[in-house]
Amino acid sequence: MTDATPGPKARPARLQSLTALRNIMVFLFKTPTSAFAMVVLAILVLVALFAPWVATHNPYMQDLQNTLSPPSGAHYFGTDELGRDIFSRLVYGTRITLTIIFLVTITVGPLGLIVGAVAGYRGGKTDIVLMRVTDIFLSFPSLILSLAFVAALGPSLNNAIIAISLTAWPPIARLARAETLTFRKADYIAAARLQGASTTRILWKSIMPMCLPSVVIRLTLNMATVILTAAGLGFLGLGAQPPMPEWGAMIATGRRFMIDSWWLVTFPGVAILTVSLAFNLLGDGLRDALDPKQMMKR
Amino acid sequence: MTFDRRRQLTTIAGQCGSIFVTLFGLLILTFVIGRIMPTDPVRAIVGEDATREVYENVYRQLGLDRPVWEQFFMYLRDVVTLDFGTSIRTGQPVLQDIIHVLPATIELATFAIIVGAGVGIPLGVLAAVHKDRWQDHVIRVFSLMGHSMPIFWTGMIALLVFYAGLGWVGGSGRMSQFYIGLVPERTNFLLIDSALAGEWDVFFSALNHIILPASLLGYSSSAYITRMTRSFMLDQINQEYITTARVKGLSQRQTIWRHAFGNIRVQLVTIVALAYGALLEGAVLIETVFAWPGFGQYLTSNLLIGDMNAVMTCVLIVGVIFIALNILSDLLYRIFDPRTR
Repeated sequence: MTDATPGPKARPARLQSLTALRNIMVFLFKTPTSAFAMVVLAILVLVALFAPWVATHNPYMQDLQNTLSPPSGAHYFGTDELGRDIFSRLVYGTRITLTIIFLVTITVGPLGLIVGAVAGYRGGKTDIVLMRVTDIFLSFPSLILSLAFVAALGPSLNNAIIAISLTAWPPIARLARAETLTFRKADYIAAARLQGASTTRILWKSIMPMCLPSVVIRLTLNMATVILTAAGLGFLGLGAQPPMPEWGAMIATGRRFMIDSWWLVTFPGVAILTVSLAFNLLGDGLRDALDPKQMMKR
Repeated sequence: MTFDRRRQLTTIAGQCGSIFVTLFGLLILTFVIGRIMPTDPVRAIVGEDATREVYENVYRQLGLDRPVWEQFFMYLRDVVTLDFGTSIRTGQPVLQDIIHVLPATIELATFAIIVGAGVGIPLGVLAAVHKDRWQDHVIRVFSLMGHSMPIFWTGMIALLVFYAGLGWVGGSGRMSQFYIGLVPERTNFLLIDSALAGEWDVFFSALNHIILPASLLGYSSSAYITRMTRSFMLDQINQEYITTARVKGLSQRQTIWRHAFGNIRVQLVTIVALAYGALLEGAVLIETVFAWPGFGQYLTSNLLIGDMNAVMTCVLIVGVIFIALNILSDLLYRIFDPRTR
């Protein structure tokens, strides 16, 4: 990918991976769609970090004198049925969105990676059993299965995160397994085994790092789905509970006032759409950036 | 020949085996989900003020005093005999309820997949032909947009604009209130029933109501179809027979649509079958927004009151539909692709 020919002095591995990262970033910023995605996501993270300074009002503070007022200078996106400032609620909502994405990703990534790598490397009965279990989870659309889990666990934000994680790992496991299969017979694995490395060590040191790039792309693409599923659960009243400023739940409560007060549902929806579109565009760009055929063109 | 036949039989047997195992796993999963729920199934039936005696009676009736594995076999027996229990909310057998609501969803999903394939396939071909030019970029953003929108929200905005604002389409429900009960229920597919009865007013009212939710669902599924069509077409366009066709002097249209497209039809059929299954997911949300009396609404309304019998059966049925669609797409592939014979 980077300078592959070993010079007289091989560059330290750390530096090499940094160069690769820089190359990917340059590629991403050259494509307008992924550049847009990066900017949106950067804004999202910044807004979440500095929410108290960005927000103009307290997101939970009710102002019953001032309910359902349209967008104005005082309330950029208007107020809701309890007079809460919608802009500030959206700003604080970024924290919820990012928390969901973060927690789901750090659960699903390692879980899928381990299941897939073990199944692919061990083969035989382990593979059959693990992949059967994966297939069973894959035979549901993710929202339906999350619905079932949340129904069983009881509606709350934490349970929604658990339910989404339970449904999101199988595609990662499939991918990690496929990757593992392509190099489990490679010479360097055999060499490691001959040196007496244990299965755990081979999996940890030699196999999982190789699966990582494709798993990361898949996780990025997954984030859009995670956001939509979380919002859907929130909308159905099974995710974050009021008064939390979760975007899906905001749409659900705003629905009753939709005909006269369009701003209640419009802005949270635009927020969900923008963020999930950004993740999709970024995943799309990453796929191109890490595709060897595209790298040639650079 | 006999060897081939035997090998074929072994693969079929193997597949049947794996389908069976998946179905069994599905049952374990629904059983486990049904058991971990915090709401008390007995209380849900007998209510809060039941006496201890009544409570324990029902507790025994449900078999909750037996060991877990025995309960699982009871569940298995019920499923095999198609006895899914009674819905607490409607008081009807769950299966009967579902048979009643499913046609509405199938009607919606079928309409949607026609829209999705009708939009997605041509766009995918167009994007492949104009790879890396502005058409490709515009199509990519358009289809990713469909993939990124929260469909419940788009549904509301569309209702606001096209129904409340412009008045172009019917609002929520399957038809205008005015017509409800006018058409005898035969298949429960409203479009078919009304056409059979010759009630064209009802037919057009139904068409007017289905067009918006179906288009939105179709748009969201077209993203996947577009992307797959594009990548299949790119594989074909880069091959030599396309160059040959061009050298022969065939027009662009003939080269693309007759030669390249002809070769991806089989793959597309399988993709569309899978997309159809994915529509069920969007249907759950869009049915809530459009008050569409289908499977999705049945599922969510039972979910909210904790009617686990109905919910688990719905989940099981979705799983079975998914597996069936997978098998179907596999089968279609075998039938249409001469190389797999």
